[in-house]
Amino acid sequence: MLRLEARPEPSRAMVMLTPIIAVVATMIAGGILFAFLGNNPFTAIRIIFWDPLFNDMVASYTRPQLLVKAAPLILMAIGLSFGFRANVWNIGAEGQFIMGAVIGGGTALALYPLESPLVFPLIIIMGGLGGFLWAMIPAILKIRFNANEILVSLMLVYVAAQFLAAMVTGPMKSPVGMGFPVSRNFNEYQSAFNAELLSNTGLHFGVLVMMAVVVLGYIFLTRHIFGFQIRVSGQSARASKFAGVNPHTTVALCLGISGALAGLAGLFEVTGPAGKLSTNFPLGYGFTAIIVAFLGRLHPVGILLAGLLMALTYIGGELAQFQMSIPAAAIQVFQGMLLFFLLGVDILVNFRLRWDTKSKEAH
Amino acid sequence: MDLSSISPVTLIVSLMAASTPILLAALGELVVEKSGVLNLGVEGMMIIGAVCGFIAAVTTGSPWLGFLFGAICGAAVSMIFAVLTQYLMANQVASGLGLTMFGLGLAALLGHSYTGINPPSFSQIHIPVLSDLPVVGRIVFGHDPMIYFSLALTFGIWYFLTRTRGGLVLRAVGESHDAAHALGYKVIRIRMLAIAFGGACAGLGGAYLSLVRVPQWAEGMTAGAGWIALAIVVFASWKPGRAIIGAYLFGGVTVLQLNLQAAGLAISPAYLSMTPYLATIIVLVIMASDKKRQSLNAPASLGKTFFAST
Amino acid sequence: MTPLLHLSGLTKAYPGVVANDNVGFEIAPGEVHALLGENGAGKSTLVKMIYGLVRPDSGEMRLHGQPFAPHEPRAARAAGVAMVFQHFSLFEALSVAENIALGMDDAPETDALSDEIRSVSKKYGLTLDPDRMVGDLSAGERQRVEIVRCLLQNPKLLVMDEPTSVLTPQEVDVLFETLRRLRDEGTSILYISHKLEEIRTICDNATILRLGKVVGTCVPSEETPRTMAEMMVGTELKSPTKRPYKPGRVLLEVKNLQLPSKDPFGTSLRDVSFSLHAGEVLGVAGVAGNGQDELLLALSGEELTDTAAITLKGATIGSKGPNHRRLQGLLAAPEERLGHAAAPDMSLTENALLTGHARQRLTNKGFVKWQATQNFARAIIQKFDVRTPGASHAAKSLSGGNLQKFVIGREIMQRPDVLVVNQPTWGVDASAAAFIREALLELAEQGAGVLVISQDLDELMEISDTFAVLAEGRLSRVRSASGVTIEEIGLLMGGTEVDHAAA
Repeated sequence: MLRLEARPEPSRAMVMLTPIIAVVATMIAGGILFAFLGNNPFTAIRIIFWDPLFNDMVASYTRPQLLVKAAPLILMAIGLSFGFRANVWNIGAEGQFIMGAVIGGGTALALYPLESPLVFPLIIIMGGLGGFLWAMIPAILKIRFNANEILVSLMLVYVAAQFLAAMVTGPMKSPVGMGFPVSRNFNEYQSAFNAELLSNTGLHFGVLVMMAVVVLGYIFLTRHIFGFQIRVSGQSARASKFAGVNPHTTVALCLGISGALAGLAGLFEVTGPAGKLSTNFPLGYGFTAIIVAFLGRLHPVGILLAGLLMALTYIGGELAQFQMSIPAAAIQVFQGMLLFFLLGVDILVNFRLRWDTKSKEAH
Repeated sequence: MDLSSISPVTLIVSLMAASTPILLAALGELVVEKSGVLNLGVEGMMIIGAVCGFIAAVTTGSPWLGFLFGAICGAAVSMIFAVLTQYLMANQVASGLGLTMFGLGLAALLGHSYTGINPPSFSQIHIPVLSDLPVVGRIVFGHDPMIYFSLALTFGIWYFLTRTRGGLVLRAVGESHDAAHALGYKVIRIRMLAIAFGGACAGLGGAYLSLVRVPQWAEGMTAGAGWIALAIVVFASWKPGRAIIGAYLFGGVTVLQLNLQAAGLAISPAYLSMTPYLATIIVLVIMASDKKRQSLNAPASLGKTFFAST
Repeated sequence: MTPLLHLSGLTKAYPGVVANDNVGFEIAPGEVHALLGENGAGKSTLVKMIYGLVRPDSGEMRLHGQPFAPHEPRAARAAGVAMVFQHFSLFEALSVAENIALGMDDAPETDALSDEIRSVSKKYGLTLDPDRMVGDLSAGERQRVEIVRCLLQNPKLLVMDEPTSVLTPQEVDVLFETLRRLRDEGTSILYISHKLEEIRTICDNATILRLGKVVGTCVPSEETPRTMAEMMVGTELKSPTKRPYKPGRVLLEVKNLQLPSKDPFGTSLRDVSFSLHAGEVLGVAGVAGNGQDELLLALSGEELTDTAAITLKGATIGSKGPNHRRLQGLLAAPEERLGHAAAPDMSLTENALLTGHARQRLTNKGFVKWQATQNFARAIIQKFDVRTPGASHAAKSLSGGNLQKFVIGREIMQRPDVLVVNQPTWGVDASAAAFIREALLELAEQGAGVLVISQDLDELMEISDTFAVLAEGRLSRVRSASGVTIEEIGLLMGGTEVDHAAA
């Protein structure tokens, strides 16, 4: 009988290996899913994972997309990872992403058509602030009233989406949009547009910020006492209090940082790749970022890799949708399976499997 | 705006219909949490129930089979969560979130070709004379059978939890899995059953949504109902009777804001659509601020991973 | 006469350790049999096999001469084996009657059960209200719940695991009265303990376990505690030598400390006052759940109070957090090693940082000096004889005794002016316990004030200079430890201040 045996130490090899096992298992399970949908599984997997990077027919378009899609995911996932390590569960990054875009983008729309080099820095600050303040709502309710931050932050996603709808049908509606619920297009506004910095790379300003955040996050987590305190808080609330960590500060910081980063991601997205505010603006990046954070083992470097992989599944998914008419939802299923497999094989980090011929345990 | 178009009787009747999916899901989650497990996948199980119930009802022409199949499928997907958290000891928060995301995706995939179809109708019961009484007739005797079922289920769960040995064992497992294990109770088996029950209830709630409440299939149609159900469990302090109050309160807010939208209240409908979510937050805050009572009623092992170390 | 229970050749191995190695002995009907051994000697594993929680790898058990191999506790109960646990078997948020029903396989209806509970508790002198919430009961009352639960099933064999560790001396007397009555009715009792005086008082025969093996049997009434202890430990014991106590200046002064408990089943501190001097070891006795945790939290700074309630070397610190207090010289080591004093999955280096970073200057502008931290961890490991492959190993991989040495060592190495410890040797093997006590005495000798909160009276008698009792959140007057009698302490533990005349 197969039996679990606790390891004396978490296995470092397995920490690295389990995400890879999970990805492979997902490819297999995903292949089966595609076969059920009546597609050739091998072709589907190739289109999703190989073609966007190496197929010359499409790669010139898809390769730059990689950074474009990965940047918001990584930016948000790094913010979330701090909280997840500390048992502060911000699952409303999607809402903070929207609010960053609405507040930052709204500032830009208010300033239009003022051209000034100060506009872009200002709207970046406003975007980050929008996400930060939106995340401080669950933080304050948690600290002051002990309200569950999971449910509050999640409810605020729906509120934010409705707020966006109210804005694009009201004050932020484009005067030249022929009545559609969309804002003015940001690429018509030089000072606020988050343009591609090097052509055909997908590299925009948000990607640079993302890279800086990866580096800072790494230093913060491994070298700074605050990163240590966050890790202690997640392991044991009592031990962290004993270490002198104020749990309220941890809640406020974790939610605040993740909110600000999500807000930035939203701002860069709306002023660049998305180009305008509309009710179709939220694409669920805030939820996918949760998967990215776990897949990256809540570690900045892991998250960087996981974000790129997840971006690949988005781009490859679009290709597959286009070429094989695999429904868009299949990619969402694919991402969900990835998280399941990862959580499932995670047990190998702390336990080893033993084939036991004479199992006598009652359970 | 014309408020006279809002009739109190119609309001109450539609309030009950609007509340029923949330009530069903909340009752299931209540049992799950009483066993010490926090399953954040309610939204995912609900939408799976919605799509599967819809498909079954459309295919067979029987709404009853739709409900049944919705419940079965809700329970089936809950088993992913159950295996991950109970046998593979995965984090319950992450696994629940995963279930929600997976469920939303899978439902969209399955329901792809079912948008815009009308399901077979599921009508209100009609008891001669009684149902025709003014006011009382429609409020008490004029609903569809699932509404009566949800009320009966509330009573059944209350009875099970407080009056039966099975309920006592379930509560004990949720209170302290180590103590229950030491007494020889099969913690994991009991929790697996509770999770399956929770999945079935969420699936049933979802099926009600797509077969009666809307009645249509649309991607993402649960729109946070599963999360609101989770909030209602907190609101109810883990007591079935109070779950009804919670669910009806939210149903009331939802129906009222829809009626106000229809009546043409002079503010953006988007602001009105926020109200059920804002109400949820307000209620969470009110309930949570009473820390002592919360910690007394909340199952002490909630969300903790059990590993038999003997 | 056939023995009631006959065990032979029982062996149970876990990865890396043989918990029971060829264990065998017999218990006769109506016999009180002691199972004696240190922590980690294999007593719990043996008991779990008898109760069906664990299955032996090999060996045989016979009950009434019939083969007995319970595969789950239900089967053991059906065969007439009942067990009173040391920990983890009651549900705080459930009522007494519900708790009892859970331990029975064919529990009657609630009302009938409540009546039965009342009649059994009356018969054996164990007062108990079936409708009360277990979380509101004292430790002694909780044990009564367990005992009544067992008695309702008319057991042939009653297994008691460390039953007196949570009781006041007076409650112990009541318990022994009950046990004698049961024995006279023909019930056998397997009594697990490491308290030698008790075993001499109540047990007919004893089996001694060491490192999983039976190392001896004896008739306790014919032995002295010392001879039994030496069989148990395997070497000759030496007690630490006590130095003469000369009180120095006041280091820590606590005045009218109030702390409402945040735990619904916790105990609030009420009007606690005492002062601690340089060179003093102040022992605080009391039964578990009388405010010990809360007292430690209030002193360590994890719970804040009125700023004037606590004065350290002349400065009021009641409203200051743990790290401020550490910098000023007040350090603490809580009872729960894993999850409070140490983070289970973190390395010893990281755990050294946990309380050491402020006072040991292990950070620079918030950035951790990992090399210095590792050196600090290694110094603790070396000086306090912590057995571990290295500082990079996780706290949870250490045995209880070794982790406790690390935790106490971590604080002592920071040269505190005042050290507060709660249950410093709970669940620790005898040699580590002796080491820790020695280290605490040495710290006091160097001029620090040491406050030891403990439920182990023998320990407190051994190392304290002064002595007080915590009962229901109130602290008794502090008196000299010499000349206090066990009876006096017992009354204090029950909440009676005995020395009104003297005070």
